[in-house]
Amino acid sequence: MSATRKRKPIATGSDWNFSVLERFDAELARLADEYRLDTYPNQIEVITTEQMMDAYASVGMPVGYHHWSFGKQFLAVEQAYKRGQMGLAYELVINSDPCIAYLMEENTLMMQVLVMAHACYGHNSFFKGNYLFRTWTDASSIVDYLVFARKYIAKCEERHGVQAVEQLLDACHALQNYGVDRYKRPSPISAEEEAKRQEERESYLQTQVNMLWRTIPDVPIGDTPLAGSLHADDDPLGLHSGGHYPPEPQENLLYFIEKNAPLLAPWQREIVRIVRKLAQYFYPQRQTQVMNEGWACFWHYTLMNRLYDDGNVDEGLMLEFLQSHAAVINQPAFDNPHFSGINPYALGFAIFMDIKRICEAPTDEDSEWFPDIAGTPWRETLEFAMRNFKDESFIQQFLSPKVMRDHKLFLVVDDDQLENLEVAAIHNEQGYRQVREALATQYALSVREPNIQVVEASIRGDRSLTLHHVQDSRRPLGRSVYPVIRHLQQLWGFPVHLVSLEEGRVTRRFHWPVEDESPAS
Amino acid sequence: MTYFIDRRPNAKHKSAVNRQRFLERYRKHIKRSVEEAVNRRSITDMERGEKVSIPAKDISEPVFQHGPGGARNIVSPGNKEFVPGDKIRRPSGQGGGSGAGEGGASNQGEGVDEFAFTLSREEFLEFVFDGLELPHLQRKPLKSLEEVKMVRAGLSRDGVPSRISITRSMREAYARRIAMRAPIKRALKEALEALEAEERKDTVLRNPARIAELKTEIERLEKRIAGVPFIDTYDLRYHQLSAQPQPSNQAVMFCVMDVSGSMTQNHKDIAKRFFLLLYLFLEKHYEKVELVFVRHHTAAREVSEEEFFYSRETGGTIVSSALSLVNKIIEKRYPVGQWNLYVAQASDGDNWDDDSNICRDLLVKQLMPQLQYYAYVEITPHDHQSLWHEYESVVKEFPERFAMRQIVEAGDIYPVFRELFKRRLSQS
Repeated sequence: MSATRKRKPIATGSDWNFSVLERFDAELARLADEYRLDTYPNQIEVITTEQMMDAYASVGMPVGYHHWSFGKQFLAVEQAYKRGQMGLAYELVINSDPCIAYLMEENTLMMQVLVMAHACYGHNSFFKGNYLFRTWTDASSIVDYLVFARKYIAKCEERHGVQAVEQLLDACHALQNYGVDRYKRPSPISAEEEAKRQEERESYLQTQVNMLWRTIPDVPIGDTPLAGSLHADDDPLGLHSGGHYPPEPQENLLYFIEKNAPLLAPWQREIVRIVRKLAQYFYPQRQTQVMNEGWACFWHYTLMNRLYDDGNVDEGLMLEFLQSHAAVINQPAFDNPHFSGINPYALGFAIFMDIKRICEAPTDEDSEWFPDIAGTPWRETLEFAMRNFKDESFIQQFLSPKVMRDHKLFLVVDDDQLENLEVAAIHNEQGYRQVREALATQYALSVREPNIQVVEASIRGDRSLTLHHVQDSRRPLGRSVYPVIRHLQQLWGFPVHLVSLEEGRVTRRFHWPVEDESPAS
Repeated sequence: MTYFIDRRPNAKHKSAVNRQRFLERYRKHIKRSVEEAVNRRSITDMERGEKVSIPAKDISEPVFQHGPGGARNIVSPGNKEFVPGDKIRRPSGQGGGSGAGEGGASNQGEGVDEFAFTLSREEFLEFVFDGLELPHLQRKPLKSLEEVKMVRAGLSRDGVPSRISITRSMREAYARRIAMRAPIKRALKEALEALEAEERKDTVLRNPARIAELKTEIERLEKRIAGVPFIDTYDLRYHQLSAQPQPSNQAVMFCVMDVSGSMTQNHKDIAKRFFLLLYLFLEKHYEKVELVFVRHHTAAREVSEEEFFYSRETGGTIVSSALSLVNKIIEKRYPVGQWNLYVAQASDGDNWDDDSNICRDLLVKQLMPQLQYYAYVEITPHDHQSLWHEYESVVKEFPERFAMRQIVEAGDIYPVFRELFKRRLSQS
């Protein structure tokens, strides 16, 4: 596009009104269409500052159930905002169909256009395209489900008391990161099928639990009895030959609780389920921070530049945009006082821009590192990268030596058995692969969060629940483990044991109610 | 496809329920902060919010996390001079080598982190009076109609010249002039027409007598028109003021407290709540409330609020010294017609035996007739002494306006005012 074409901006200055926004949206939609961005319809809501804080406090859910933790969140946001520590996010977008995005009324015209490009076309197309979102979330039904959850929980509060519900929610929230199947990938099912299943499940839920806990000894439990049970020698009558339950370790703690906790009432199971469902809904977002933000930044940058090239915005707006954009993708160095980890916007934007560069103007290095994509049409390659990866695999696949050099990434090993930290690799020929591998791992949820699974529910013994923490690189559980297993014990209703294992060796045991916590010999 | 929706008119305070839940849950922590604030702040400074801090560890929502320790790899941006194999001294202050990116985790056990937020004014007051069993205090009109306020009440035909309404008077005059001249003008017009008709006739046919008659008539009418007065007493309009009975919108509250050695800081803190409660009540009813602090041991003195609550004295107690000082101040600065007078007295009940009946006489004869209300609290778990008994006889004479109560803890304060609030509320 020629920048010399006579400029006819849609609007100038920093004031906006709805008709101007509509015209900008129409233009953005036209460009998005040209770039073949596949999006849900947009629902753009103009809100006040206070409403933005509300939306923030409810972690972006447009309708939320009541819980004190959201109140705490609100107070924190309000305080930070009042003290000027935090500019309110200029974008909040919800993975739903239609895709809901919020525009704050105080924003300037530039900001509104930027947010529309970023959220309504960037994030929106990511939500619709990325495999994790396609697999794990159902954008069309989430708002309905939230409404259901809110009503259901309100009804429970009425019937069973606010306090009882609050305690249950506290316990569920403590475990919500363990409310998804992390290592299994479910096959996508349609909304109707899900609804049908849910109905069936509800009617059988309690009976199944009752079946499990029947104490008549000769009912075989589970359909995969373990041959050669541990107790064979001590158990000549074969009383324990029913095998143990669950037959395989369960990573989804909330699911296990919902289905198997002996004493929970049906309404309590339903609430556990609600928390689990919402955790599942947010699960893809936790795994695609870099990609999601990178993708949105790439598109706002591309679309804004097109608006300028086509003469639809003036220089003033463009300068304001560039300043804002530069602030968003700023990555302070590790020794900078403003450093707070890697900025996902910066990293993601850099990688997507770099993929485009590799496609359009590959160097020898690129041809060597990325033979598959060097010189291919950039739009298709970008789409492929967006659709089929999560942060971990995306970085592993697409982080190029150039981006590592630009960001001057280096790898430090922090081993508490060594006196000093050690620089293991830097952005050079020998280090690229190691740095990339480490950075990818840094984004793997399985590494960021402790790996904890249910291994046994003692259904014939004391009904206690045993979990294993598979420890990695001698990284122990943090102090919060006790409050969490206390919550778990409240849900389960019987004693809970948590065993930390490293390479098959027990390193520590935790119990609730507390018995002893001697480190294993 | 895009829809724009303007959500700004939507209901506000969507998070109010969650906020209330949070406050409820951490009631104990918040109460402690509020109590500190009450003791620190001035009585007149209660009606604003308060910043509250709660240790972060008390409100954390626990999840499974990695603790410090073990080995981990950290990738960071911004390398300047490092090469592989470099050893870096472990940064101090981060226990056990928790690395960058784990900031959230390392905050966990430390307890120094505070979660700070601001209570709104309403929330703050609710906590201040928590446990005081307060009913809703509403602004209710008082019916003590001693003062009148002149308000504009339209126009009237009579009044003093200084309140003349020139516009309205001129308008009346103009209307009157039109009205009065109209018939004359009509007659004049007819006469003129007749004259003209007469003069247009052929000279032979003219009737000179008729012409002369018409001319005289015209002259007469013109005189009459000129004679209509430009302004007349009937035209004058005056702004009218009518005297509307007004509740006096200012009050003065005397805080009287015994500061002899036997009053401990704890006594004073309870007393402060007592004064505060009355102050807030008055503040809701009057536009202007002044505070006068009078403290006494054997002699009474008017002091600043700071001195009133926080300085200590020793010595005996003569209550009447304070009462007569209050009386003097009223005479000097707060004429009864213009001020609503309230007295709140707090003491531990000690008084010189001979002095108590002097107090009673002072109250019954001089003070009570002028006062709206007198509230007395005795902060002591012990038996009553002579002062209490004398005051009981004052209650008999002024059961409506004199309240007394023994207080052991803060929760006993409100009932002192129960009569006051009930009376006010039931009047409306």
